[in-house]
Amino acid sequence: MARQIFAYILHKDGVADDTALELVEAARRLDASAPVTALVLGTGADLDKVCQEVAATYKEVWKVDNAALSYPNAEVVRKVLVNLIPKGAIALVPHEHFGMDLSPGLSIKLDAAYAPDVVDISALEGDKLTLVRQEYSGQVSTHVACDLSAGAVITIRAGAFAPDESRSAGGTVTDKSPDAGDAGVAGRKFLEIIEAEVGDVDITKSEVLVSVGRGIEDQDNLEMINDLAKAMGADVSCSRPIVDAKWLEKARQVGTSGQTVKPKVYLALGISGSFQHMGGIKGNPFIVAVNKNAKAPIFQAADVGVVADILEFVPELAEKIAEMK
Amino acid sequence: MEILVCVKRVPDTSENEIEINSSGSDIQRDDLVYSVNEWDNYAVEEAIQIRDNVGGSVTVVTVGDDDAEEVLRREMAMGADKGVLLKDDAFEGSDGRGVAAIIKGEVEKGNYDLILTGAQADDGAGQVGGMLAAMLDMPFASLVNRIDVVDDKKINVGREIAGGNQEMNEMSLPCVLSIQTGINEPRYVGIRGIRKVASVEIPVKGAADLGVDAAVIGAANARVKRLDYFVPPAGEGAEMLEGGVDEIIEKLIDMLKSKGGIK
Repeated sequence: MARQIFAYILHKDGVADDTALELVEAARRLDASAPVTALVLGTGADLDKVCQEVAATYKEVWKVDNAALSYPNAEVVRKVLVNLIPKGAIALVPHEHFGMDLSPGLSIKLDAAYAPDVVDISALEGDKLTLVRQEYSGQVSTHVACDLSAGAVITIRAGAFAPDESRSAGGTVTDKSPDAGDAGVAGRKFLEIIEAEVGDVDITKSEVLVSVGRGIEDQDNLEMINDLAKAMGADVSCSRPIVDAKWLEKARQVGTSGQTVKPKVYLALGISGSFQHMGGIKGNPFIVAVNKNAKAPIFQAADVGVVADILEFVPELAEKIAEMK
Repeated sequence: MEILVCVKRVPDTSENEIEINSSGSDIQRDDLVYSVNEWDNYAVEEAIQIRDNVGGSVTVVTVGDDDAEEVLRREMAMGADKGVLLKDDAFEGSDGRGVAAIIKGEVEKGNYDLILTGAQADDGAGQVGGMLAAMLDMPFASLVNRIDVVDDKKINVGREIAGGNQEMNEMSLPCVLSIQTGINEPRYVGIRGIRKVASVEIPVKGAADLGVDAAVIGAANARVKRLDYFVPPAGEGAEMLEGGVDEIIEKLIDMLKSKGGIK
């Protein structure tokens, strides 16, 4: 029997997320002979818009319209998916905050294997799928064997599979709402979204960012970062550990869980360069990385790199720039 | 409130550069400094704060070998009331589902209102909490960065979503939450604190004590298995500036100027 692949489509305000195109590419790489079905859950006119958009890329689109799905509560979505996804099928889900909420439990309820945060697909032999993952914040990669005999839930890292936008599917939309069953859940109820506080500087508008990470080691050392930013005429941003330590406000955090910035120049100081951090940098800026670990992933993403301890390097750089002026 | 926090002993990535051994079968484990997984530490701190506000107790649990005991003691030194080590040869090589099934055994032996895990650990999978909740048919929320206790049946929980926004949910107890870093400021643990709990007895439980389903644990039943470690072929990467510090800084300033990085 042919293997069936399903792709969970994230969408907002009637527009499908970029990952919709990436999942169809991941599915093709996984098993080019398998039929791929897009699962689009939601309600109302926005849902129909998304289904039409997605049908350009997927041959089959299953639509589930239910008022309980107006906000994607992972517990509600899981219940619906368990009713829709046939035994032994493969479900692809984007690996972001919603996918992380939904997928581990979905794999249990489908009694399927679970392979999270996949960045590449190496081989498929029978029911043995070989995947690539990363561990230790991207410091090392691993090949992982995933047994597909009972089906699988696989979450796909955003940006890992480049979409081929030239493919045109001309797909059909099927209303599966009657098969979705009861979408009611007890135990978790969505209340509201609390928008991020606006900080004193809007780093999303900055042209030059001096961004600081864990390598700064101590809050007192931030002074040298401020001095450098002042000398350059730049704004200060940071990676997650600095906000977790409450040394800078959340509004200055660059990354998928923080701000998306699009500067011309990005100076990454003592930042390792996790995919969550890099996911917040758009517009292809000129990236300079300074890090004492020559193997830090940031050096793969940067244009120019310096292996140095920022605590020694930054004061000297700031001084030279200030002198020059 | 009775709170169970699941913790894991992992190599401390702020102390170690992770390298791969010559055969690619594992990372270089000699000389690694281990500690409690960073996310788990936030989960334990949150549990302690909830207990201090509303009463109850905090139990920390880990699946591991004898070495794993040290992270339980560390978290007890922080303020957790009890530690439990889940250890059995049969547990070795379990995948995420196996680990969740083992912890499920401990949850069912206790009377917990709230079960916390870290949002992820060294392998970046972030799977055990969600799996455990599904196995127990309890509500689950991931990436939690705020917990407000409403009463002994209900809590309001904030989840970290994109763009620094927070998604608020009402959850009924008992439930399982995976905790994101930054939810609190974990307290410092000194040598003295660890000495104080050095002789506290930590119960060890195996598969039979927990009544774990033997069909899902161990390497033989893992549906997902790591085959090897490798370093992906490096892309072009950055142009590395080399030479003396003055020389590097001079080059860098020229580059920054030409790219509009110095105003």
